[in-house]
Amino acid sequence: MSVLAEPMAGARPHTPAGRAVAALNRSAIHVVLGLIGLIWLVPTLGLLVTSFRPRSDIQATGWWDITQLHLTIDNYRQVLEAQGMLQAFINTVFIAVPSTLLPLLICSLAAYAFSWIRFPLRDTLFLIVVGFLLVPVQVAFIPLLTTFRNLVPDLQLTNGYGAVWLAHTAFALPFGIFLLRNFFITLPPDMIEAARIDGAGDVKIFTQIIVPVSVPAIAAYGIFQFLWVWNDLLMALIFVQDSSKFPMTRAIQNLLSQYGTEWHLLAAGAFLLMIVPLIVFFSLQRYFVQGLLAGSIK
Amino acid sequence: MGLAPTPAIPAARRDLTTVRRARGPEAPQWGSAILFLLPAALLLTIFLLYPAIYTVLLSFNRGRGGVFDEWVGLDNYTRLFSDPDFINLGTFPPSGALWNNVLWIVFYTSIVIFLGLIIAVVAARVRYESVIKAIVFIPMAIAATALAVIWKFVYSPDSNIGLLNAILGAFGISPVSWLGDEHIVNFALIGVGIWGSVGFATVILSAAVKSIPGEIIESARVEGASERQVFFRIILPMVSLPMSVLAVTLIVNVIKLFDLIYVMTAGGPGKASRVIAFTMYQQAFSAGQYGYGAAVAVVMLALLIPIILFNVRRFRTQAVT
Repeated sequence: MSVLAEPMAGARPHTPAGRAVAALNRSAIHVVLGLIGLIWLVPTLGLLVTSFRPRSDIQATGWWDITQLHLTIDNYRQVLEAQGMLQAFINTVFIAVPSTLLPLLICSLAAYAFSWIRFPLRDTLFLIVVGFLLVPVQVAFIPLLTTFRNLVPDLQLTNGYGAVWLAHTAFALPFGIFLLRNFFITLPPDMIEAARIDGAGDVKIFTQIIVPVSVPAIAAYGIFQFLWVWNDLLMALIFVQDSSKFPMTRAIQNLLSQYGTEWHLLAAGAFLLMIVPLIVFFSLQRYFVQGLLAGSIK
Repeated sequence: MGLAPTPAIPAARRDLTTVRRARGPEAPQWGSAILFLLPAALLLTIFLLYPAIYTVLLSFNRGRGGVFDEWVGLDNYTRLFSDPDFINLGTFPPSGALWNNVLWIVFYTSIVIFLGLIIAVVAARVRYESVIKAIVFIPMAIAATALAVIWKFVYSPDSNIGLLNAILGAFGISPVSWLGDEHIVNFALIGVGIWGSVGFATVILSAAVKSIPGEIIESARVEGASERQVFFRIILPMVSLPMSVLAVTLIVNVIKLFDLIYVMTAGGPGKASRVIAFTMYQQAFSAGQYGYGAAVAVVMLALLIPIILFNVRRFRTQAVT
């Protein structure tokens, strides 16, 4: 129940004229919100409809012309097979899964150290991590691509997924550590002290107490990180050089530069890219919004 | 919330403390600290700290091939700031990548916050509030690459394909080349950015508006305040803090903005829609001007440093109190 709706009800006007004005105001609100709903739905809906229309129809009439509605899944078949989007989809999964699990593990470990292990300069080190939160990834690109290639030419990191996994993981650390540490620190100290007295070491405390009670926080961060990587183009542009390993974002960007007006392919491709985030959004909306709000400072 | 977990040990728990002392956890737990921090420390050093220092140094170098070859002092920076493609204040309106970021900051930030607040306040009065918020929030889940495809489609100059030109056509207006006209392109892109971010602002501001105690608004109404007064005198001042945090977040987004521009226009037509992060990528990785590209990256960092320092300070004061 909203805070604002209550006083409105309390302040209901008593004269017929006042009631008419109130009704008019209420319909104005519905009109405005309806318009907003349309503006935010129609562009995506238009592309969705287009992704199921035959190429010749798309060239002939607008998608809004429902008298010309013939639906087909040929566009998807073509973009998945002939345009390699199926491979790109698999590549995106290959990039996104390790780039989510690795940060989850490493951030949880570090966040535990910053909350419950005693060592000198702990808070100073943590402030340095906070300082790294907003450092633009661009400051790391040139040396990562050039010197490391010169230093370790045999590693060929950018030809596989190694570079993009490690880069995604490293760049995720400041935020992940910050977020999880702020959660871990709120856990009751008695719980950890009691385990210490019972003789549990840090590894045991971490795996058997901290992680199990922090599942919601870790999940919210995991979803945020997964979608961040799934949707990323920039890092893939820099760190994935082998075109057979391109994720969907790069494949679509290539489609766009090669066939800028082949909307039957572009629309289907864009929806293949969107489908997983949309499923995550609708099924895990709560975690998703939480993660995103917490991630807003990234 | 404090940084130190147990500031003082109560007297009643002294027995417990003695046990702990005997076991020694008051001393630094070096083994555990190293075990838990090593992976993060290694990755941060190799992938962020070292490269950042390298990039700052490289920005004072010619940097052919990305290595230190020729020290050039501030040359990259003087070239950068005299490059009309980066910043050109000599014409009206000014132009260049950095100027486009200014346009983004001014229009994108203010309109996102304005629309977010309006939707948050207005939607709170209807039953289908959560539906409206979800619809507006959906673009936040979608990749900038997909947003770019959606809106390239809407903006298509062909009025059989582009919805916007079809609507103009219905009113007898000839098609507009939204992304092809250098005077329009930045505003067309900012429009897409706004569409993508309003949901985020709505969710944040809606939470802020709802945290205002109902009695405050109620008593203002009892005192005879109009809806307008309630909005401007109570709601607006009480959400000003979350609003300023939101503004800072949006400005950071703008400084890092890349994917949308790269996919929608590749900085074009010509160089009209370039932004600073695009220029960095283009100079370093397309033109191979590593020293120059490093200077652009350092400018990005410099723009963010005030916000970084502010964050660290805010966090430190929280730790002290």
